[in-house]
Amino acid sequence: MTTATAGRDDPLLFKDANWDFDTLSRIYDGVAEIGDELKLDIYRPRIEVITTEQMLDAYASTGMPLFYRHWSFGKQFVRNETLYRKGWQGLAYEIVINSNPCVVYLLEENTATMQTLVLAHAAYGHNHFFKNNYVFKQWTDADGILDYLAFAKNFIADCEEKYGQAEVERVLDAAHALQNQGIHRYPGKRQMDLRSEQKREHERREHGERLFNDLWRTVPEGQGKKAKKRTTERDRRRALLGLPEENVLYFLEKTSPRLRPWQREVIRIVRLIAQYFYPQRQTKMMNEGCATYTHYEIMQRLYDRGRITEGSYLEFLHSHTNVVAQPDFDDRRYYGLNPYALGFTMMKDIERMCVNPTAEDRAWFPDMAGNGDPVETLKDIWANYRDESFVSQFLSPAVIRKMGLFLVTDDAREKDLSVDAIHDERGYMRVRRALARHYDVSRHDPDIQIVDVDLEGDRRLVLRHSVIDGVMLEEEDAERVLQHLANLWGYEVHLTEENDKGDISTKHTAEPVHPFV
Amino acid sequence: MYIIDRRRDASGKSLGNRQRFIRRARALVRHAVREASKDRKITDTGKGGEIVVPVDGVHEPSLRRSSKGGTREYLLPGNKSYIEGDAIERPPSGGGKGGASADGNGEDEFRFALSDEEFIDLFLEDLELPDLAKRQVMGEGKEQPRRAGYRSSGPPSSLSIQQTMRKSLARRIALRRPKVEEIADLEAQLKALEEEGGHEDKILEIREALKKQAKRSIAIPFIDPVDVRYRRFEMEPKPVAQAVMFCLMDVSGSMDEHLKDLAKRFYSLLYLFLSRRYRYVEVVFIRHTHEAKEVDEDTFFHSRETGGTVVSTALEEMIKVMHDRYPPGVWNIYAAQASDGDNLPIDNEKTVSLLKTSILPLCQYYAYIEVGREPEERRRSVEPPSTLWRAYDMILSPKLPMAMRKVRDRRDIYPVFRELFERKSNAATSGV
Repeated sequence: MTTATAGRDDPLLFKDANWDFDTLSRIYDGVAEIGDELKLDIYRPRIEVITTEQMLDAYASTGMPLFYRHWSFGKQFVRNETLYRKGWQGLAYEIVINSNPCVVYLLEENTATMQTLVLAHAAYGHNHFFKNNYVFKQWTDADGILDYLAFAKNFIADCEEKYGQAEVERVLDAAHALQNQGIHRYPGKRQMDLRSEQKREHERREHGERLFNDLWRTVPEGQGKKAKKRTTERDRRRALLGLPEENVLYFLEKTSPRLRPWQREVIRIVRLIAQYFYPQRQTKMMNEGCATYTHYEIMQRLYDRGRITEGSYLEFLHSHTNVVAQPDFDDRRYYGLNPYALGFTMMKDIERMCVNPTAEDRAWFPDMAGNGDPVETLKDIWANYRDESFVSQFLSPAVIRKMGLFLVTDDAREKDLSVDAIHDERGYMRVRRALARHYDVSRHDPDIQIVDVDLEGDRRLVLRHSVIDGVMLEEEDAERVLQHLANLWGYEVHLTEENDKGDISTKHTAEPVHPFV
Repeated sequence: MYIIDRRRDASGKSLGNRQRFIRRARALVRHAVREASKDRKITDTGKGGEIVVPVDGVHEPSLRRSSKGGTREYLLPGNKSYIEGDAIERPPSGGGKGGASADGNGEDEFRFALSDEEFIDLFLEDLELPDLAKRQVMGEGKEQPRRAGYRSSGPPSSLSIQQTMRKSLARRIALRRPKVEEIADLEAQLKALEEEGGHEDKILEIREALKKQAKRSIAIPFIDPVDVRYRRFEMEPKPVAQAVMFCLMDVSGSMDEHLKDLAKRFYSLLYLFLSRRYRYVEVVFIRHTHEAKEVDEDTFFHSRETGGTVVSTALEEMIKVMHDRYPPGVWNIYAAQASDGDNLPIDNEKTVSLLKTSILPLCQYYAYIEVGREPEERRRSVEPPSTLWRAYDMILSPKLPMAMRKVRDRRDIYPVFRELFERKSNAATSGV
């Protein structure tokens, strides 16, 4: 092992593929030096070296270091294990967790070069993104997540002991089925605490007193106001329950008439964890692009300064090229757009436009072209955009041409698919808009809202799916989820699917067969 | 920044989840195991393996947009020759195009590997064996050491002096270590010469030789570490012996798939039982109609014959094979006969006498199972016993190593075994 660590004065971080913990910390320092130069702002990393088996464990619990127990994670584990043992699937080199301190898992089998790459990628790239991107800032609490997971795990274990595994599993199954409907997609208005409520009331009164004029009393009431006042019973009811509500789990947690407190808490746990992961779905491509750009930059500079050998530079390039490979659509390996490839290509292109813009770039991106500071520009982008807005703002014609992006429309009523836009003058904007839509998570998830509850009748819960582009719900699944929902709600549940013209096309109904009591 | 070495931490964090999953999918897995053991060879019964569970049973539903219908947009990379307005023929469904949208439907079955233990456990569970019986089928796991040559390291207690000395002797001869007698001989010569006086040269020469010999004796030790040998043992299941299992089955038209399946289960269980107790287990398949033939497993279970039913032919065939290849002195002989109970009435006498005189005296155990269907009404369960049953019933006595049962369902198979176990425990290990 002595050969692995180069001497203190030697510029090389390491000499061969072997590493030990001294090498690792030396590598980290080398990476950190450049990370600081780039002025990356990160959570303090906590680097953990793990074995392949532990990596498989981590896979099964969505990468988190601790998680409550559920059979679906076992299913995941069994599947990954089978795939891995048969050699059909490799393992990730690292897993990084959006937490403070930022946990980075490194696989023990990585070579020293790979550890360098992975540290640059995860401990700097992803970490910076987690800490600075607005979606993460708004929705996740990196300081609290590990504690919360520990709480969740213990709470569910306690429940299993008190009420039996089967009972808890039933609630979890139902909640998991609805977890995509357990997300607040917009930051609503915050509940005020009593003191600020008082203060506001006070200010209002003062304002009213200042403006008091007895004449207002004599002004006749307008027609419009009267119409507004005529609220129906339905509106009153909806206002009372805060309807329409798209966060189904939240609604159940707060208002479901038959759930017991521990069941509400279990639903809340599933909901909060789904919420925690929501930003990752919205920023997958940018996040990977940011990490890939960062590791490329760091490795490049390490090599330029002679801190890694030519051999390990080649090893890095080999691995990097694999990561950012984008097979063409007619290639056998094609499996959708590679987020690493698209993110990296776009960010490299932004760098180029900052430093060396063409006339086209100046026309398309007048603010950015030629500003000469690619890293700061990118950091601003990493902080303030998500995949959808990033694409709709920054996908340049150059990238569209380079990747040969084209738009194909598939209308089920037509016989053939049609090519709607390609990489030409007429197509750039359309390709860009279509790609932005492709990354819009709210278009992937069906828009389902609770619209009404029949409080006076049979307490039927009414949901509506607003159909976009004529794409209905997967029917079999919808029936099953609705069954879960009916069990949680305790009464009948209705789901209608209507398009924007209000035509109802499908109705699903479910009665509780085995309600929770 | 700090670095933590987690490699030493207990892995298997997911064990709880895996157990929950198998419990959840137990019914499905059991069904899959049943299906799998149907297709397997009897001799593979005890092995683990991959099983396929329909994904439906462990499906996690969610509200998601359908993968069919409506208007969709795909954004694809790598355009080569398309221009705006081109039409592309719709690829067959399930083709690569869907990859662009992340809502593909995924797989329709779920496969994973079970270990040997898990597989047998589920196999036995499917037969509804009580736990105690399970342990008996699986054997107590008793092992005994067997001598297996020598090795160069080991505990002092297993030192083999004979082998060590042998090695040492060979080495001493090869390296020409002076023997004790040679030295004594030289010393005697020297003494004699010294007493005699004179012979200075000779004395000097002998002294020189003695000095050389003494040096050699020290340089070449009597026993060197390389000579040391220890006895080597291997643990072997006990008792170590061989057994042959004869499967006899009536394959005339009246034996349908259900009945054959019951019979196969019985054979599988018997095989499992034997393979845990004997080192070598061979299986012989003999099927019969009005004539008997030794066949391979596939033919045995899957091909159909027409003809009458003469059981004695099978027994004759078995006796023939037994005498040809499995002399009872060397092999433990087990036989299991499955039939629906039909036999040509005039053949019964011959069958019984063959069994009594030629087979039972040589067998460890002879099991006869009469397979049948669940009677549809209670009234019919008092149907008269079959001709073969009546014939066997006459010779049945506690002294004979024979059991017979009617089997109508999977769960009836076990009682036949209970008798076997009772016999075994009474007779202790006499069979070996």
